Amino acid sequence: MTTMIRVENVAKAFTLHNQGGVRLPVFGDVNFSVEAGEALVLAGASGAGKSSLLRILYGNYRPTSGTIHITHGGKPVDIVAAVPRTVLDIRRRTLGFVSQFLRVIPRVSALDIVRDPLLARGATPEDASERAKAMLARLNLPQRLWNLAPATFSGGEQQRVNIARSFVDPSAIMLIDEPTASLDAANRDVVVELIAEARAKGSAIVGIFHDEAVRETVATRYLDITDFRKAA
Amino acid sequence: MTVHASLPDTALDPAPLLSVAGVSRFYGERVGCKDVSFDLWPGEVLGIVGESGSGKSTLLRCLAGIDQPDAGEVLFRGLDTPLDIYSVPEQERRRLMRTAWGIVHQNPRDGLRMDVSAGGNVGERLMDRGDRHYGQIRERALDWLSRVEISGSRIDDRPRQFSGGMQQRLQIARVLVSEPRLVFMDEPTGGLDVSVQAKLLDLLRVLVRDLGLAAIIVTHDLAVARLLTDRLMVMKDGHVVEQGLTDQVLDDPHHAYTQLLTSAVLSV
Repeated sequence: MTTMIRVENVAKAFTLHNQGGVRLPVFGDVNFSVEAGEALVLAGASGAGKSSLLRILYGNYRPTSGTIHITHGGKPVDIVAAVPRTVLDIRRRTLGFVSQFLRVIPRVSALDIVRDPLLARGATPEDASERAKAMLARLNLPQRLWNLAPATFSGGEQQRVNIARSFVDPSAIMLIDEPTASLDAANRDVVVELIAEARAKGSAIVGIFHDEAVRETVATRYLDITDFRKAA
Repeated sequence: MTVHASLPDTALDPAPLLSVAGVSRFYGERVGCKDVSFDLWPGEVLGIVGESGSGKSTLLRCLAGIDQPDAGEVLFRGLDTPLDIYSVPEQERRRLMRTAWGIVHQNPRDGLRMDVSAGGNVGERLMDRGDRHYGQIRERALDWLSRVEISGSRIDDRPRQFSGGMQQRLQIARVLVSEPRLVFMDEPTGGLDVSVQAKLLDLLRVLVRDLGLAAIIVTHDLAVARLLTDRLMVMKDGHVVEQGLTDQVLDDPHHAYTQLLTSAVLSV
């Protein structure tokens, strides 16, 4: 077994300087690790800090204290202390984040959005296009939309473009926040398959899933973060 | 089993392209910018954000070799030997600015020669660099006009016959044609309509990525910063109050001033 994420003594609090300096503790004393091929599902009531924890693992939120070692290029790297270009390199090569929202860039087509991570990892344009098209087809995005910019797509269509982008070349670690929120049953099943395939290839998964059926199918282990909240 | 085992570590070059140490500039008693230090690596895009008067343009002018700082050092490693740009005579610094790096001004009139044709504006940079073959210069100028989406039929027109958005795209072509290692941009989408801005932003995003440029971009627009930059420096009253990865600074701002700028909505 390869440990892909090791979280040690992580605490997080937000300080709102422009609202009287109020300090909002989220959690403390967070310790866990995730192995390659595991799917760890975060549990806990709404507001317990599941999304904050996922963002901290991605290097997006900065914890108040603690270390998070990500296995990157075969070596553990503390993403909390890493300089920006190291964090970007970790994200480019090792660490993917799947959210329910697509950040739409004006004039960039759905196909290009999905191709982009393949190109960034050195695939040829032809190979990248082939794989991107296959993934969009698998997620049932109508072919007439592939060459359009997703600004005018429906929420569900944008979400599928985002999922296609994330799973076209699964990262060694995938952080997943509510990927099936506005999908129909057929597409939800595709997402569940994609997660299972990524895991079979050795990806370590950490996710938040409100849909109970999805959660039960995906999870190999649960982590209830309510206890960490008490330690905040 | 690992999914991506053998990719080269291309992003992590050993030496920064630009090292800035203790740069300060004062206007009499008033602080323009004070004690700014950072390193910029090849391919990195750094955003400098802050409100008007925060010192971001002053800093950019010091970094780009336009205004001499009162203290500090700007070390450029894009040449054979590292060069402290303020240790050389102004003439040499000017030559460097025309060849090894580029400056995109907010107002295209400051960066273009308005009485010279579009093709001449682009070709001039190649001649500065030493290119002499007229046919090749014109061919490259045409290529760059098309890359910034200006029709080749406009190559002999003067910039004053162009719209504001076209002028800005022409300025970008003029700067990038000589393949600079480092580009400075001061509010590159500043005076443009929103729709024109979107087109220009996408163009900049693609060019910066495809050319592997290092860039320093001053903007007051946080959406522009999010789209184009890897790292952010937040300035207030001439000081850098917060810096880090762009999405960290925008999504989890720590300094009171950054929180004010982003009007941080807490998502727990």
